[in-house]
This record gives sequence, structure tokens and C-alpha cells, in this order.
Amino acid sequence: MKKYITLMLVFTAMLAQAQSKTLKAGEAAPDFKLKNVDNKEISFESYPKAKGFIVVFTCNTCPYAKAYEQRIIDLDKKFKPEGYPVIAINPNDPEASKADTFDKMQDLAKEKKYGFPYLFDQGQVVTDQYGAKHTPHLFVVSKTAKGTVVEYTGAIDNDPEGTKTEKTKYVEEVIASLKKNQKPAVTETKEIGCTVKRKAKA
Amino acid sequence: MKIRTFIICVLLSCSGLSYSQNVKLLSVDQLQERIKKGQDSTYVVNFWATWCAPCIKELPHFEKLSQEYKSDKLAVLLVSVDFKSKLNTAVVPFVKRKKLTNPVFLLNESNPQEYIDRIDPSWSGSIPATLFIKNDKKKFMETELTYEQLVTEYKKL
Repeated sequence: MKKYITLMLVFTAMLAQAQSKTLKAGEAAPDFKLKNVDNKEISFESYPKAKGFIVVFTCNTCPYAKAYEQRIIDLDKKFKPEGYPVIAINPNDPEASKADTFDKMQDLAKEKKYGFPYLFDQGQVVTDQYGAKHTPHLFVVSKTAKGTVVEYTGAIDNDPEGTKTEKTKYVEEVIASLKKNQKPAVTETKEIGCTVKRKAKA
Repeated sequence: MKIRTFIICVLLSCSGLSYSQNVKLLSVDQLQERIKKGQDSTYVVNFWATWCAPCIKELPHFEKLSQEYKSDKLAVLLVSVDFKSKLNTAVVPFVKRKKLTNPVFLLNESNPQEYIDRIDPSWSGSIPATLFIKNDKKKFMETELTYEQLVTEYKKL
């Protein structure tokens, strides 16, 4: 009897984990429809000509996200014209992180002149679909005959502090491969970041 | 070259003595070695940083845990993942200001592609995160903990 209970517990634990598993390269990248800081709704379909997307879960508050902010702006400037625009999504619950409300997101996007959408994820639905764990957490997505597919998940580069002279720019390398119709050599990286802020569980 | 290395070592150890006696550098190897040596002890290893608000909020819980269970074979280690360049400018002053009593370390690793998986393969890299280890039993939690949750997880081992 005890064995069954243990088994059940293991299963429940596995299910709970499965719900927020981070998407991996090769898996379908679900489309979404989320409200942008300009109050318009944005989805993959808003970009009929795009070849893919740089979907980055980032926020107003995390020091790592702030350290990467300019690099996110630069990614969009460089790759939007090449068919890979940035779509930023704030994964934090505004009740749990007071400086991540929709208003504050609007302020930041305006102040830093974001050239890309900065979306509010009501109920953290898309955050959980992608299994975004921290900020910044980035997914490179490509459009294929079978729909939108994850090509890469992880960090922007290997230099969060921004002090290395020789850095590996993971995202740039991924997109360079995709443009050559090749599969990226590195499809997953890990980096320290701020945990996604959630309401305390009752 | 050897002399230079020697001087750097002396400088490092001096600065270690005078400014950062409470915060030592710790590699994953050293952490694993320490855990292996302390058989039958329970290790609660918290990964945090001075820039991480939820980490700072939960640090007092770890202080309280080691106080409350003083008579247990329990070691609480606070491992900061701050940049190494912040050791003397951020980490040491923080540890002094907060009067942390548990041993505090700064993680002495530079390649997250390697060390994050070695701490636990399930870790995506977000902090706070806490590792509970007793002999063969291991649990890794990539989440902020309340004091009650911390005690529950500790007692489960």
C-alpha cells in the first residue's frame, strides 16, 4: 500500500513539474495574443513577413534583465530588418512585483524607446507554456512549414556582467545558422537570473 | 611569471584576511568535497545574491534555521552567485551589515553551462535556490521559501 502511495506522490510531482517544463529546441512554440504597452494585441500573426522571432521574457526590476536591456534593444535593431524581430514578455505577477505593473512597463518602454513590443502576460499563461524560469530567459523561434518551432532557449551571451573582451553571442550565432538553413550548434544554455515572481501560494 | 603569481596569491590572501574573513571563494568541487566529508550531517545550501530581493528576504529564515536546530548535525551554507568583482564592494559589506552568522561563500566558477548542472541538472539558473543534502538524499528547490517550508524540507531529509 505504502508503495502505491509513494508512486502516486512521484506521479503528482512529475505532473507538477511537467506543467512548467522549459520548451526545448525542436518543440512547437505556441502562439499567443498578449497586450502590448501601446494597448494593442500582439501575436506571431502580427508579423506575416517574419522568418522567426526572438522571444525574451524580461522585466522592469531584475538587475540581470537591466544589465541585458541594451543588448535586447540592439538585438531587435540588428535582426528585425533580417526577419527576426524581438518580442519581449514580462513574466512577473504585478501583485508579487510592484514595479512590474502594466503602467510601469509602459513607462520603461517609453523611457528606453523600445522598438519592439513589451507584452503583459495576464495570469502568467504564456510564461508557463514556454516554461520561462527567470529573467531574462530567451527563446529563438523559427517559422517552418509545420508552424512555429523553438530553435534555442537560454541566455543572450556568456557575459552578463558585460566585461569580457571575448564573448560568445549565443543568439547571434543561432540566427546566423538559421539564415544559412542550418540547425544551430548550441540549442540550450543556462545562466543565473531572477526567478519569475509569483503570488504567494495560499 | 612565477613571482607574479606568488605576489598575486599573497595579495589575495592578505585582502582575504583583512577585508573578507567572512566570505571565502568556493568552487563546486570544494562544495561537493565539504558535503562528502561531513557524512551524516544535513547540508542546507542556499544560492543567493546581494542584488536578489527575494533572496535577501529569505536569508533570515536560514539564520533562524541554524539557530533553532543548533544541536542538530546541520550545516547551513550561504553561497552567493554575485560577480567575483563584487566580493569586496558588495558581498562583504552586505554580510557585515546583515550580521550573517552562517558561513558565507562566493561561488568561484565562471562557466554557468558547466557549474549549474553540476549543482543540480534541474536548475535553470534562477535564484533563490536551495539544495538540501543528507548522505544519499538530495533535494533541490528553485524557489523562494518561507520559514515553515524551509523547516518542513529540512525535517523531511
